[in-house]
Amino acid sequence: MRSSAGRDGAIGHTRNPVTEARWVRLALIGSCVAVMAVFLVLPLVEVLVEALAKGLVPFLANFADPQVLAAIRLTVIVAAFAVPLNCLFGLTAAWCIAKFTFPGRTLLVTLIDLPFSVSPVIAGLIYVLLYSANGLAGPWLVAHGVQIIFAVPGMILATIFVTFPFVARELIPLMQEQGNGDEEAALSLGAGGFYTFCRVTLPNIRWALLYGVLLCNARAMGEFGAVSVVSGHLQGLTITLPLQVELAYNGYDFVGAFGTATLLAALAIVTLLVKTALERRYGDQLAAARRG
Amino acid sequence: MRLEVRGITKEFGATAALHGVDFSIDPGELIALLGPSGSGKTTLLRIIAGLDFPTAGQVLFGGDDASARPVQDRHVGFVFQHYALFRHMTVFDNIAFGLRAKPRRARPSEPDIAARIDALLNLVQLPEFGRRFPAQLSGGQRQRVALARALAIEPKVLLLDEPFGALDAKVRRELRRWLRDIHDRTGHTTVFVTHDQDEALEVADRVVVMNTGRIEQVGGPDEIYDAPATPFVFDFIGESSRFEVEVFSGKPYFDERPVGLPFNDLPEGRSTVYFRPHDVSIGLPGPGLISGTITSLRRAGATRRLEIAIGPGQRTVEADAAENHSFRVGQRAGLNVKRARAFPARAAPRNVPSYAG
Amino acid sequence: MPNVLSRAPPALLVLPRFRARHRSILPGFRPALGFTVFYLSAIVLLPLGLLVARAAGLGPTRLWHIATDPRVFAALRLSFLASLLAAACNALIGFLVAWVLTRYRFPGRKLLDALVDLPFALPTAVAGISLSALYSTHGWIGSLFAAWGVRIAYTPVGIWIALVFIGLPFVVRTVQPLLEHADLEVEEAAATLGAGRWRTVMRVVLPALLPAILTGFALALARGIGEYGSVIFIAGNIPFVSEIAPLLIVTRLSEFDYAGATAIAVIMLAMSFLLLLAVNLGQGWLRRRLADAE
Repeated sequence: MRSSAGRDGAIGHTRNPVTEARWVRLALIGSCVAVMAVFLVLPLVEVLVEALAKGLVPFLANFADPQVLAAIRLTVIVAAFAVPLNCLFGLTAAWCIAKFTFPGRTLLVTLIDLPFSVSPVIAGLIYVLLYSANGLAGPWLVAHGVQIIFAVPGMILATIFVTFPFVARELIPLMQEQGNGDEEAALSLGAGGFYTFCRVTLPNIRWALLYGVLLCNARAMGEFGAVSVVSGHLQGLTITLPLQVELAYNGYDFVGAFGTATLLAALAIVTLLVKTALERRYGDQLAAARRG
Repeated sequence: MRLEVRGITKEFGATAALHGVDFSIDPGELIALLGPSGSGKTTLLRIIAGLDFPTAGQVLFGGDDASARPVQDRHVGFVFQHYALFRHMTVFDNIAFGLRAKPRRARPSEPDIAARIDALLNLVQLPEFGRRFPAQLSGGQRQRVALARALAIEPKVLLLDEPFGALDAKVRRELRRWLRDIHDRTGHTTVFVTHDQDEALEVADRVVVMNTGRIEQVGGPDEIYDAPATPFVFDFIGESSRFEVEVFSGKPYFDERPVGLPFNDLPEGRSTVYFRPHDVSIGLPGPGLISGTITSLRRAGATRRLEIAIGPGQRTVEADAAENHSFRVGQRAGLNVKRARAFPARAAPRNVPSYAG
Repeated sequence: MPNVLSRAPPALLVLPRFRARHRSILPGFRPALGFTVFYLSAIVLLPLGLLVARAAGLGPTRLWHIATDPRVFAALRLSFLASLLAAACNALIGFLVAWVLTRYRFPGRKLLDALVDLPFALPTAVAGISLSALYSTHGWIGSLFAAWGVRIAYTPVGIWIALVFIGLPFVVRTVQPLLEHADLEVEEAAATLGAGRWRTVMRVVLPALLPAILTGFALALARGIGEYGSVIFIAGNIPFVSEIAPLLIVTRLSEFDYAGATAIAVIMLAMSFLLLLAVNLGQGWLRRRLADAE
């Protein structure tokens, strides 16, 4: 297998037969870059430009706004609950799915992927149906004074749903590929189960775990649709950063909206950078996940 | 179509894969490019096809310099080691591909194409296989389809890159003979690359033995086997052993003792003598014979093979013994060299003929 | 070997006799599986099941009534068609991008490769307001089109643009690995048989990539149907014209019309499910045709 990186023939003016003519290549590269620039880069640039439209001071002042600060705090809190819980789930699920065989294993894997194919609005809807005052568990919750919908717990639940598969999906193929050899060796040397898990399994999967947690976090902090449905948009109480963006935008506070959006966009870019770095350095330990 | 290769050199950065290769093929010949991996034979084949470009040199088809022509215009039929069949097309469509790819004017009509493909399928002994997909065929069948596909465009030259390398030994042997048969019937000028010497010697009209980017020898199978031109060829083809002699005043000496060799005019100084196991006879030690100690006895196919340690370095050589021999391990024996070739150690240009028995 | 570590936690909804197929010496199977199933049920299965049960409880006639309501139908049709068009576009663009990224070397290639994942990583609300600003009549791109009297934002065209953005990575990422590991010999074979580059790509390379393109297309389509955040800012959200189905669900919820919201949600889920089923079947068929017999 040779790379067809477009070397032209050394003799004569004919082209390497496994590549297109030079002008075709350049045209394709050019159109690709153009499309990407228009569809991907421009929106990013737009965010920054609009955020700084009135200058640096209003941009920075936005972050001192108590509403925005509350939104930042809430976003972090929601992620602080959702990510570790899904991480724990991911590890547990990957452990039993990858290291054991049992009837219904394939079904389990398919079910874990389910939240990916559900619209975020539906994700919010199902929790409203369950936990709102008119919902299934409504009467019980009201009787005990527990508020889930239109409160933070509901938002955490909805976020857990939409970020459910991220960690598990990264770990399962990798752990399957790695097999049981290392763990069996550790056990045969007398190590206990939990000790084996911490000292043998975890180190083997640490980069895939980090990768999964990274994606999970990015999605958790950026989730809009599901959280919007369950939040009730109560000022200062149930507004996360994405909801704050919407609020500001609909209120024609463009500097505020895009300023807050810049924060989220920065998070996205950092996520992309770390993600790319991880893929580049530890690609083989993530390869199984990518292949899936 | 006569095929000529002149002064082909191919460099990949600092390393050279081919150093000034020259040879020519007469129309209708079946030539084997034989050599170990890294010898440059596949690179050479690809350069002939136009799938690679040389750093220097020319390829001529029937006297025309094809070097500047792209592969699409060279009309070569190329058969790949791993078939490279189009997996999403039927056998029929695979073979028809080259015919349908011709420009409108030159393209035959669909009924014509169908007729040709039928004839080709019969030729490669896969009638009624047209509707099948490559995934449904065995390796040997796929290779035959690949050959039919290459033949469909009526190529000037047929090029095969280790065509049977990916197949089982038994299938390989069958297809070998079959390839020769097809060639005799269609008469295409054919070049095939192989690292399997049995294959090359059995199938080809002439063999080009290559090593590290250079041609060691070109000749018919008998010539290659019986009269190897260089130490490499002697070593690569068939079984061989060797030892070194010093020649003083025209007389060869091994281990400082005179030894009788079937050569008349060895040059002064050191030479390496190569022989095959069946070219020597073993007996009791005696004057003029190379003496050594038998280190092992075993069967090699139908013969009894002896390993004998000779000389100051106790290097091992192999010789065949009669069925009813009574040699034992540890016994001293004498070698009588009946046929051999000697290559002087004195820096001789590569193509200088060596001395033979 | 007695397994001290796999004490079944008492309070979990674990099938008591469930165990791994062959006894593995690895511990922790029961607790791990128990927690997994519990968590999965509580977070995913129970709520989704409830949704389906509620919809079933509405009865087929009422469901049909809601589904064929003109406004609902218009919203579903818009979501589906806009996603279809966007996914088709993405199939084309995705193939182009995957091709350029794998076959050519040029400065900035790695950056481009990383950029492809942006729609995955960028929060939908950010994408939403940004696209809306960009394509509005005063926006950088919108103003160019406005000069010719074409409006993009607040029309179905805007929805299509947002969905193209969202779906961009899907086809690229499904096609890329295949192209990276593609066997160039097949292309060389086509060249030796006299085929030019265009014919080779169209007749030899592309058909082999079709399953992957189809997968990416279906994923982009499924994602597009349910997309909310990126779309509602650039869509006009005018009922019957530019109102997408997810928005209608939110509207119904705000009216406390849980039945209506449920019905629309279930129909959307059914659409996605059928879509994925169709794609899986199609892929299975293709794979059987092309799979290696040996």
